[in-house]
Amino acid sequence: MYDLAIIGAGVVGCCLAYECSRYNLKVLLLEKENDVSLGASRANTAIIHGGYDPDPDTLMGQMNVPGAYLTMDRVETLDVEFIKTGSLIVGFDEKDAQVIQEKYEKGLINGVKGMEILNGDEARDREPQLSPEVTIALWVPDSGVINPWEFTLAHAEVAVREGVDLKLNHEVTGIDWQEDHYLVHTPEESFAARYVANCAGIHADEIHSMVAEPAFKIEATRGQYYVLDRAVGEIIKSVIFPCPNALTKGILVAPTVHGNILVGPDAERIDDKENTSTTAAGLSHVAQNASRCVPGLNLRSNIRNYAGVRANSDYGDFFLKIVAPHFLDIAAIKSPGLTCAPVLAQEAVKLLQGEGLVYTPKAEWDGTRKVVRFKEIPEEDRAAFIADHPDYGRVICRCETITEGEIVAALKRGLPVVSLDGVKRRTGTGMGRCQGGFCGPRIVEILCRETGISPEAITQDKAGSYILCGPTKSEVQEEERA
Amino acid sequence: MKHVPRAANLPEHLANYPEYELIVVGGGPAGLAAAVGAYQAGLRKILIVERDTFLGGILNQCIHNGFGLHHFGEELTGPEYASRFIDQLEGTTIETALDTMVLSINNTDAWRYIHMMSKAEGYQVLRTKALVLAMGCRERTRMQIQIPGSRAAGIINAGQAQQFVNLEGHMVGKRVIILGSGDIGLIMARRLTLEGAKVVACVELMPYSGGLMRNIVQCLQDYDIPLYLSHTITDIRGKYRVEGVTVQAVDEHFKPIPGTEVDYEVDTVLLSVGLIPENELSRAAGVQIDPHTSGPSVYENGETSEKGIFACGNVLHVHDLVDYVTEEALAAGQAAATFVKQEIRGSETPNEQNRIEPGQQLTSSLIALKTDDHIAYTVPQHIRLDKLVEMDKNVRIFFRVRQNYPEPTRVVFRDGQGKQIAAFKRPYMAPGEMENVSLPMTLLKQMSGQELKLSVEEIA
Repeated sequence: MYDLAIIGAGVVGCCLAYECSRYNLKVLLLEKENDVSLGASRANTAIIHGGYDPDPDTLMGQMNVPGAYLTMDRVETLDVEFIKTGSLIVGFDEKDAQVIQEKYEKGLINGVKGMEILNGDEARDREPQLSPEVTIALWVPDSGVINPWEFTLAHAEVAVREGVDLKLNHEVTGIDWQEDHYLVHTPEESFAARYVANCAGIHADEIHSMVAEPAFKIEATRGQYYVLDRAVGEIIKSVIFPCPNALTKGILVAPTVHGNILVGPDAERIDDKENTSTTAAGLSHVAQNASRCVPGLNLRSNIRNYAGVRANSDYGDFFLKIVAPHFLDIAAIKSPGLTCAPVLAQEAVKLLQGEGLVYTPKAEWDGTRKVVRFKEIPEEDRAAFIADHPDYGRVICRCETITEGEIVAALKRGLPVVSLDGVKRRTGTGMGRCQGGFCGPRIVEILCRETGISPEAITQDKAGSYILCGPTKSEVQEEERA
Repeated sequence: MKHVPRAANLPEHLANYPEYELIVVGGGPAGLAAAVGAYQAGLRKILIVERDTFLGGILNQCIHNGFGLHHFGEELTGPEYASRFIDQLEGTTIETALDTMVLSINNTDAWRYIHMMSKAEGYQVLRTKALVLAMGCRERTRMQIQIPGSRAAGIINAGQAQQFVNLEGHMVGKRVIILGSGDIGLIMARRLTLEGAKVVACVELMPYSGGLMRNIVQCLQDYDIPLYLSHTITDIRGKYRVEGVTVQAVDEHFKPIPGTEVDYEVDTVLLSVGLIPENELSRAAGVQIDPHTSGPSVYENGETSEKGIFACGNVLHVHDLVDYVTEEALAAGQAAATFVKQEIRGSETPNEQNRIEPGQQLTSSLIALKTDDHIAYTVPQHIRLDKLVEMDKNVRIFFRVRQNYPEPTRVVFRDGQGKQIAAFKRPYMAPGEMENVSLPMTLLKQMSGQELKLSVEEIA
């Protein structure tokens, strides 16, 4: 019997698992995919928002600022890639000026620190590449960009190390209340748990409906993006948002923690919640609006397009409620959900306590994580480090300079890895301009060697995304001869 | 293009640098020939740095025939062609560092510093008089040509597929469509067919193929694989693995034509949509890049804008025949050797042949090569006439045309005043086939101004 079953290993589920691993609880983390962080947590805008945007009378408004500060603290504890870039919300006319004034006032109520309203020239002093037509801007210093999948992974890695049971490839298909506990069913097996937390992202309404009357509906909203080559350089230092207006919600331009430039997203309601395909129309919408704030932007240096699906809902706020005995929804987590995830997890712990879940802190708990990234080792220390750790002397991903040592270390951090994208999310391999063209075969080789799985069992991404389909004829003949 | 010495920002404890006359970055066909060329020209302290665990580069996965017709006068496979050069290293003093990655190049007036590392030797800083860049190229990806749709598995570049199939013995798919008619894609169409896969079609955006004619015949036509010119893939479907694609015809602006959609059920999309010289290292070293080739802008001897740094092979411009890579690389190696000898001898020695002859109209010996709209680029981009005179050599100009010329035409060099300096007849030209002409030094001496323009003209 588990004390708590968490459904969904996205950023919210993993933050909650991390929070709960502090206590003497038997915790189960269920995920339908073959890795954690495979929903909105991996395909989003990767921004830790400042908090000027959500309405003050919402959970989003109340959690944003504490969420941003807790996240900035957590990235230190967990050694997650993060850059405190600050954000600029830029306007072009009187109407925009009014919107910026409103955002500033909202920000004050929400507790945002250090905001400044700048005129066009002051904004261009900060960001010289900004359009000459920008006349006003809101500067929000306490915000930044994060590696969102690493943030999720890091919480999961520590949680698993500290005793949480993670079951991947377990899709919840039904939940039954059994007098004092739930039976959580998956096609593989059923799990008994006294409490359940629904962190199922875009599927949270479906999970909710397994135990309660429908209370909200997830309105899956797809957003499409461009990622530009690092060679473009640091054309901007902070996140640049246009003021939303009647014509467009606005396409933002942001640096990434990996030195790329991210451009997007559009917003499109879709019926198939899992449809993360890009479309010609979506990409061209992003392209047409991309250069409004930063005219020098050249999308020809694109190295990757992707689409993510946001868990928007008809509820209009985070849905954080006990909806049945011992059953908590942490649902409808749309932007600023990534920023708020660690705070949402802390709030969830309190709500479950209110339902009777008893927490006793573990005598020993280590909530930290440390990662070696070759690129971060100062030039003068590299020789000594490689002398002690020869695996870090062998570059596997040449575009991003990721070494064998980093890959092997990532495979040993407690979470099973069976896909090239799993290695990519943990180390950054294949994220560069060749998109894994050179390192793909070598990573297949390392995965086979380190984990013992066959080349055919290695996937690109989710289960079913196989890369290889058996030996060639010549290989078979050779084996037969041998 | 001038030489700006950069301060070497190097850690103290690494200051005991092993020294070389020549370091070659890359041990593929270009790097091997450059090292051999420099050795033949008298250099002895030579190092080839190769990131893979073997020499020969991409030739190792090119197990098909057809290499060496020009250079060796016989048909070899890729590995055979490579071994002709690898064998030549035997008994020479040319050293190799395999499984070693060059991280950065730091150029100063006297030395070029190479930061590199490997599992076996750790982190090292070496210095060399001359450096040859021979890093080759990489494949353009699906993302760079922005095909929308699913990001399912099964969308693979031709070269990566070639590596999986030919080097590692894994099949990459069962029903395949090929986008792009570059040579590797064509070769892989045949290879995958022979391995039992069904190649349903080859689709090419341009109205002409990007590959060699002989490959279209031997790899597509001989296996009844249709080639659709002026078509492209406009959607890729599949949740986990590719399940199908939509192919559409395009108009003269490469825009898909509505109503021409045809769906194919495939599990694999093989891309052969172009190669890009790999010059991140060159750029970081300060080498100027020609946007038309995406490779270094070079002088007549393969020297880049940075002193003592030469370039050859696919890092300089993408070739379709390895034979020309070899020729270019041998010359670059020889030029590097000449440079090293001059550096060691000291530049103060006056060179009698270096002077421009009296009465010559040239105000300077630096000639910039330009092209008309019909020609995509030239390599070299600059000619130093004094160097040519000094070497007593003609200059070989490589170029590519932008469209098919099925009828005979002339390629003409004119100086800034429009005077014809040289003209060459061509019976047939195509973008997929790199052209070259040898321009006699004596003709160059007759030009006025510092611009030489290459154009395609009708035969009068």
